[in-house]
Amino acid sequence: MSNTKLTNEEVLAKIQAKFGEAILSHETPYDLLTLEVETSKIKELIKFLKEDDSLQINFLTLLGGIHYPMNAGKELGVTYHLHSLVSNYRIRLKTFFSIENPEIESIVDLYVGANWQERETYDFFGIKFKGHPNLTRILNEDSMDYFPLRKEYHLEDATREDKDDRFFGR
Amino acid sequence: MGKIENLQTINGEGYQLSRLEKVIEIARSNSVWPLPFATSCCGIEYMATMGSNYDLSRFGMERMSFSPRQADLLIVAGTISKKLAPVLKQVYEQMAEPKWVLSVGACASSGGIFDTYSVLQGIDRVIPVDVYVPGCPPRPEQIIDGIMRIHELIKHEPLRRRYSEEYKHLLKGYNIETNE
Repeated sequence: MSNTKLTNEEVLAKIQAKFGEAILSHETPYDLLTLEVETSKIKELIKFLKEDDSLQINFLTLLGGIHYPMNAGKELGVTYHLHSLVSNYRIRLKTFFSIENPEIESIVDLYVGANWQERETYDFFGIKFKGHPNLTRILNEDSMDYFPLRKEYHLEDATREDKDDRFFGR
Repeated sequence: MGKIENLQTINGEGYQLSRLEKVIEIARSNSVWPLPFATSCCGIEYMATMGSNYDLSRFGMERMSFSPRQADLLIVAGTISKKLAPVLKQVYEQMAEPKWVLSVGACASSGGIFDTYSVLQGIDRVIPVDVYVPGCPPRPEQIIDGIMRIHELIKHEPLRRRYSEEYKHLLKGYNIETNE
């Protein structure tokens, strides 16, 4: 087992050397390296982090969706948290794309654990994961006809009539 | 043999005359088999109600029925999500007549604090409810009070109420079939 500690600078340099322009920005809030990546390159990057012998960032902690309605052209996003079980190093990847065509590569063939998480992200944000084996709703009822965590939908139940709408966001 | 209390009777030496209906009503109300449909904190309060401190058994409710087919009273205690609503309705449909429903707590009665896209805003949107117990969660005393009111209902409703046009109309409103 290798005892080498990965540092943010080291990892960033390796990623930038391979992906260059695809890394749109980087920051390290709370010492956690956070990259914004081109949507078309995200899967390749995750695969690289997993398979590169010097990195071995090989565990998917979680992935989830997010919606920023004011970010024209980049309204929807997916965030990945990855963890190296070899060197106990964590990294966060973000990618944003248009709400008009919310499609992104599925990473189920890299991490089986992404299966349900991608279904959940589809369920709540309507993000389509290309290549997912069974992209159906997982938590909400199947008959639901919208994606409830998108900001244009109210969080409250729309069928209540006994409350003053002005105070309840409807 | 003691005489049945609270019953208008004609008493004689060694016999007691009454209407069969009244006897059946008293028998039913004192041997209700509840089906606890408990999903959250109200369910915990209901467990306390069943336990030895509050002792629901003393009202003839010793046996919790976890099969809807042998239950008389459906006790819904807790938040019911919209995804769970068809299950609840199916459980209600599987119960044999006569049957009653007790809605325990704010969530089951109205959705409670969960005014949100995923939570059913009161079980009376899918099944008819006889008695509502408010509270978040209600104390065992309140649940017992709700059950006492169910007993009153059972004692005072006509045996054939459940075959009445009004009742059929009610069930039709919920899209529940009656096997008549």
